[in-house]
Amino acid sequence: MNYVFQFNVVWDHLPELLEGALLTIQLSATAMALGLVVAVVCAYGKSAGPRPVRWLVAVYVELIRNTPFLVQIFIFYFSLPVIGLRLTANTAALVAMTVNLGAYASEIVRAGIEAIPHGQVEAARALGLKRLQIFRFIIIFPAVKTVYPALTSQFILLMLSSSVVSTISAVELTAITNSLASTTFRSFEFYFVATGLYLAMALGFRAGLSAIYWAVFQRSRAA
Amino acid sequence: MPLLALRRITKRFGAHQALEEVSLAVEPGEVVAIIGRSGSGKSTLLRCINGLEWPDSGTIEFDGRTFEPTPRRLKALRREIGIVFQSYNLFPHLCVERNITLGPTAAKGMKLAAARELARKVLRMVDLEDKIAAYPQQLSGGQQQRVAIARALAMEPRLVLFDEITAALDPELIGEVVRVLDRLARDGMTMVLVTHEMGFARRSADTIVFMHQGRVWEKGPPAKLFGAPVTAELASFIDAILSVDPSEKRHVG
Amino acid sequence: MGRSFGTGEFLFLLRAIPSTLLLSLGALTGGAIVGLFVAILRIVPSRPLRWLATGYIELLQGTPVLMQLFVTYYGLAVLFKIQVDAWPAVLLAFSLYSGAFLGEIWRGSIEAIPRAQWEAAACLSLSFLKQLWYVILPQAGRISIPPTVGFAVQLIKNTSIAAIIGFVELTRAGQLMTNTTFKPMIVYPIVAALYFILCWPLSLLAQTLERRIDATLGIKTHY
Repeated sequence: MNYVFQFNVVWDHLPELLEGALLTIQLSATAMALGLVVAVVCAYGKSAGPRPVRWLVAVYVELIRNTPFLVQIFIFYFSLPVIGLRLTANTAALVAMTVNLGAYASEIVRAGIEAIPHGQVEAARALGLKRLQIFRFIIIFPAVKTVYPALTSQFILLMLSSSVVSTISAVELTAITNSLASTTFRSFEFYFVATGLYLAMALGFRAGLSAIYWAVFQRSRAA
Repeated sequence: MPLLALRRITKRFGAHQALEEVSLAVEPGEVVAIIGRSGSGKSTLLRCINGLEWPDSGTIEFDGRTFEPTPRRLKALRREIGIVFQSYNLFPHLCVERNITLGPTAAKGMKLAAARELARKVLRMVDLEDKIAAYPQQLSGGQQQRVAIARALAMEPRLVLFDEITAALDPELIGEVVRVLDRLARDGMTMVLVTHEMGFARRSADTIVFMHQGRVWEKGPPAKLFGAPVTAELASFIDAILSVDPSEKRHVG
Repeated sequence: MGRSFGTGEFLFLLRAIPSTLLLSLGALTGGAIVGLFVAILRIVPSRPLRWLATGYIELLQGTPVLMQLFVTYYGLAVLFKIQVDAWPAVLLAFSLYSGAFLGEIWRGSIEAIPRAQWEAAACLSLSFLKQLWYVILPQAGRISIPPTVGFAVQLIKNTSIAAIIGFVELTRAGQLMTNTTFKPMIVYPIVAALYFILCWPLSLLAQTLERRIDATLGIKTHY
């Protein structure tokens, strides 16, 4: 083997890689927050909404879950401009990630909602609480708490799949790694280190999401 | 020489002392029934005999040789010591015949044809020959337990352990299983049972062992233990049994 | 300018489907071998072996598939000094990826088998491997079918990522057609629809099997 590994080239460009990682984190965190909102709305619609709403959500979920994320990105970035909706690369990436996460997360949240004992809802109704109040206090909080591990996994999956948005030249870690690799011809070393950075981010997100769980769900609340 | 000799077996689970200095000897052909309240250590003792649990101290001798907990020794031991569990533990993906022939063919290298003959024979002993092609899910609890007994017998063991095998059965199904136990005892099988079936114990056991809080409290033939209990614990245990099943009153004392 | 999107272009897309399916099938097969190995390593009595298997799973589940592709592709080129064809690199990368996920699924199935089954087999004096072969794996296999089919859907979608390194499967074919017809509003939705036709029946199958296994498992484990 005549190839000499030169990782020092990578270390020279570490600041740029770290900046890419930061962009990935920002992009993913925003998509997670927005996607969760979409998920909660859709979960509510699917479990408690009128028939057309339930059907609409079902179609949305099945379409997203049975088509590749990459194709979804292409549609948001390349196909939409044809009907007048032109998005920047990063915006298209965010929209695609939010829509994608929303579909998967809505199923997870819906499972959490359906795990709430029906007696609790009846008791709340008997106490005179309005529908939205019931949802906010009795349903959504315990539901998210129950399915938090599954949501965490889905979030991390989202962060990892963000690497694919590099194909439409959105700026994040993979895109930056691509350009560095092609200019220095040290592809293997750069991708190797970038992979390590993703692994670190995955662990970091897991820790961060655990901390959020503690802060939100474990402190004694009057709920 | 006893077939099985347990000397000063001690075992604790965390803070709980499950067994304390328990000694027991079982002669070939002897039927030993271990009775006592739940938590008295009966099942733990039984599971030590074939290596499912391991004592902290004390020795176990089978056929004159001491146990070591090596996989090879345990494998060799389990060819000679069979066990029937409270929840039968039949293999649900195999039919009755295959449940029975698996041990002899895969572990003892018996030829399948000979194993199938053996399966018929042991199923005859438990009155279930007609169910040879059925699957466990299609059988009642009592039938499954009898198949479990047949499965243990197919290994042609020298000692069979029974861990409260009627405890999970509906009352009307207990009789068919106890009949099999009586037959096995009559035919000279060496048996150690943890049981609540006092009728069987009185009828077919040679020795009753009463355990309480991890120790052997009393040991002796049924007439002596049931007729003249020495300790207050055994007396109150018998009383408790009688209050549950008044029919026992006719037989005891 | 650009060609119009007609039957010829549509057939081009259709002709890429076998590549997608072949890659999926190949990766599933390779992954099955790796996965079985990994699953068993996760439950053996030896701790170092268990950690090895766990590390492998964490690595492949905690990094983007695209990165795994790049590292494999450039890694192979580096190790064997030749420009590897797309097929071997892609097949290897997706097999290793599948192996990690299938290994996790199958380990879960094995651990779902009650301890009592292991004990009953051991008390018939069967060795560990024989317990696995005659008693545990047949039962675990049955339980593992729905999630395995579910993963197959995931795999088919993920093969789209191979397009990024130029491997011609359905998504790449879509890119090529867009480049010649300049009609992304037609091409990409059609590509999405084709994936949907491939994936949705499998998704439904996985759900049906899941319900059926749950039903029979109720009878099986009830003694």
